[in-house]
Amino acid sequence: MSRAVEESNRRLLRARDAMDRDYAEPLDVPTLARIAHVSEAHFIRTFRAAFGETPNRYLQRRRVERAMFLLRTTDRSVTDICMDVGFSSLGTFSRVFRDIVGEPPSVYRRRGPLPPVPTCFAMAWLRPSSFGEARRG
Amino acid sequence: MITRLNISGIYVLDQDQALDFYVGKLGLEVDTDADLGFMRWLTVRVPGTDQKVLLERPGQPAMSEETAAEVRAMLTKGAAGGTLFFACDDAYKTHAELKAKGVELTEEPEDRGYGIDFGLRDPFGNNVRIAQLREG
Repeated sequence: MSRAVEESNRRLLRARDAMDRDYAEPLDVPTLARIAHVSEAHFIRTFRAAFGETPNRYLQRRRVERAMFLLRTTDRSVTDICMDVGFSSLGTFSRVFRDIVGEPPSVYRRRGPLPPVPTCFAMAWLRPSSFGEARRG
Repeated sequence: MITRLNISGIYVLDQDQALDFYVGKLGLEVDTDADLGFMRWLTVRVPGTDQKVLLERPGQPAMSEETAAEVRAMLTKGAAGGTLFFACDDAYKTHAELKAKGVELTEEPEDRGYGIDFGLRDPFGNNVRIAQLREG
């Protein structure tokens, strides 16, 4: 592992942190690549190599994780939550949510309130898997 | 019977840079900085407290160079598992002070029920949380 790779990892982590922080904003690859100080194509390739998924998929999963949290901790409508977490289309949100979680948002909400755990840590842990478990389940 | 946590540790890539960050920016103080020959034993603590944080550089002879490289890679990807949770008396003020010092802040202060907390990264990728905890 060279120093260059470590420095690249660190810059990519900075872009990933931006997604965790600003997920509700219309983040796109050019914006994220600028944070990582690399070209767009290089950013997508190296991000996937470092974290095992594309930046777009990572952002989708963060938005879905935040939606999962809001569905079980607030009374806001599914449409409002869809917009709150950065999706601009309810249809896309519903499809991506079901693809990742394995059930529609309204069904997931019926699981009830979340138990009292430190929410900063829960946010880091609860981002649903991107590797197809929901579809296999 | 265990009575308290004395020392916990995190990995850092560079101990001088770690000192600059944890002491120079976060305001911790050095507890011990000793050259043991095989390693530099470097611990810091919050002033007025006695729980130490070991700032350990992964490398030989504790681990092979190949293993150290894997640890460094995990660390810089934010996956080394080292999270420090600090408490403060005013989250907004502390956040502003650290921002002025150029600290890489990852989350704004937010009320999370147990208190108001925010997040940051150290220069190596470790996750740090600072919370103004709610009493009671």
